Amino acid sequence: MKHIQTLETRDLAASAKNGGCGECQTSCQSACKTSCGVANQQCENCSEDK
Amino acid sequence: MIHQYKLNGYNIVLDVYSGSVHVVDDVAYDIIAMYETNTKDEIIDAILKKYADNPEVNREEILEIIDGIDDLKKNGKLFAEDKYAGLAINFKKKNNVIKALCLHVAHTCNLTCDYCFASQGKYQGERALMSFEVGKQAIDFLVANSGTRRNLEIDFFGGEPLMGWDVVKQLVAYARSIEKEKNKNFRFTLTTNGVLVDDEVIEFANKEMHNVVLSLDGRREIHDRLRRTVNNKGSYDIIVPKFQKFVESRGNKGYYVRGTFTHDNVDFTNDIFHMADLGFTELSMEPVVCSPDEPYALTEEDLPKLFEQYEILAKDMLRRQKEGKPITFYHYMIDLTGGPCIYKRVTGCGSGTEYMAVTPWGELFPCHQFVGDPAYSLGDVWKGVTNTAVQDKFRMCNAYARKECQDCWAKLYCSGGCAANSYHASGDITGIYEYGCKLFKKRMECAIMMKVAEQFDK
Repeated sequence: MKHIQTLETRDLAASAKNGGCGECQTSCQSACKTSCGVANQQCENCSEDK
Repeated sequence: MIHQYKLNGYNIVLDVYSGSVHVVDDVAYDIIAMYETNTKDEIIDAILKKYADNPEVNREEILEIIDGIDDLKKNGKLFAEDKYAGLAINFKKKNNVIKALCLHVAHTCNLTCDYCFASQGKYQGERALMSFEVGKQAIDFLVANSGTRRNLEIDFFGGEPLMGWDVVKQLVAYARSIEKEKNKNFRFTLTTNGVLVDDEVIEFANKEMHNVVLSLDGRREIHDRLRRTVNNKGSYDIIVPKFQKFVESRGNKGYYVRGTFTHDNVDFTNDIFHMADLGFTELSMEPVVCSPDEPYALTEEDLPKLFEQYEILAKDMLRRQKEGKPITFYHYMIDLTGGPCIYKRVTGCGSGTEYMAVTPWGELFPCHQFVGDPAYSLGDVWKGVTNTAVQDKFRMCNAYARKECQDCWAKLYCSGGCAANSYHASGDITGIYEYGCKLFKKRMECAIMMKVAEQFDK
């Protein structure tokens, strides 16, 4: 293998410039109700600033 | 900050502040671990010594790896700096929009689950059902405070919300009647124990509910141990056929079969696999949140077993995926390219600010887990938030609010964690629930490993 392989991920620094629309789901509203996490939330508007 | 770990045969390096995920070989893994604290010569010496038996590891090879790390660092994908500390406070200060309500349409329940944080639906208070008038006012309050935010969420919760089903239907009809005029899109969720699910509930929910959360703890003996009817009988046989019918007819609408595991079923993956055997594919299983004095409370001795269970689950999910029979586990859903922006990652769960719970009497609380605690009453749906001191405290809750989170690699995945869990564990919403943190980090390691495996193990 190559020594280091990088997965495609959303650029968090770039999202600081054009993220924050607030249209996404509230973290605890779907299935957990007892343990907050934001990692599994979907961006409603992500195609613009992936 | 980076986080390195080995799992399922992969060496994974997570760059916390850029969100980058790298898969590396053993030599690169070791070099990355030394990179920030050692000189180039020190790294070369140490690696040559460690891999003395491996002729492929030579000076040129090591320098090539170091060059690769230099490039990644230059491009902001490794050892990226933290530039987000100020974002959360400023963003939340500016943002007064409410976008989700948890409507407690019934503070009563037809089950008597021992571990229920809502004390069998009563939330340490009187039994009550929400009237249409209170619910309508809550919807008006949400719309009035939602600014330009278009997607609004309402969760019908309890107790058992189907005990107030007529009001639920009336409230959905009311919300739909004002949607267009107010330029809003309501997304409803119903969280139910299933006892009162019938064809009419299924039909209505499939038309109107964006998501349904169906409570099932897994195997019959596990489920029936704590989820008992008021006549002290198990509820498994009552609800499972109903849930199966519900899910079969759900079409492309969302659902989760959601369970709680306790000290009594530390081998909770068997309950998840049981759910899968029943035909359910969208699954969530949560650790019980309760006083450590309860006999079913999770213990320190359970932790290594739980870590192992999460690994078993991740590996088995990869197997199922390969065989074309995938299941989804809520906490392993992670979208590396279309996931949350940095604002979402630093601002926390939104309880008390953009998300609130409403009691049957119209009282507002920061979230469903604070309902019934008078110190956390925020106001009501007529006057709005009047206890601004408590709300301001929640406004300050974010990924940077807790000193314990400063050096934690997972803070941009949990965003500081659950305020209610922190409160119950430490007495303060800006404390931490360390046990929950440990489980959360393990889940994230597994979730990221699965993404790696999906890409590299085709």
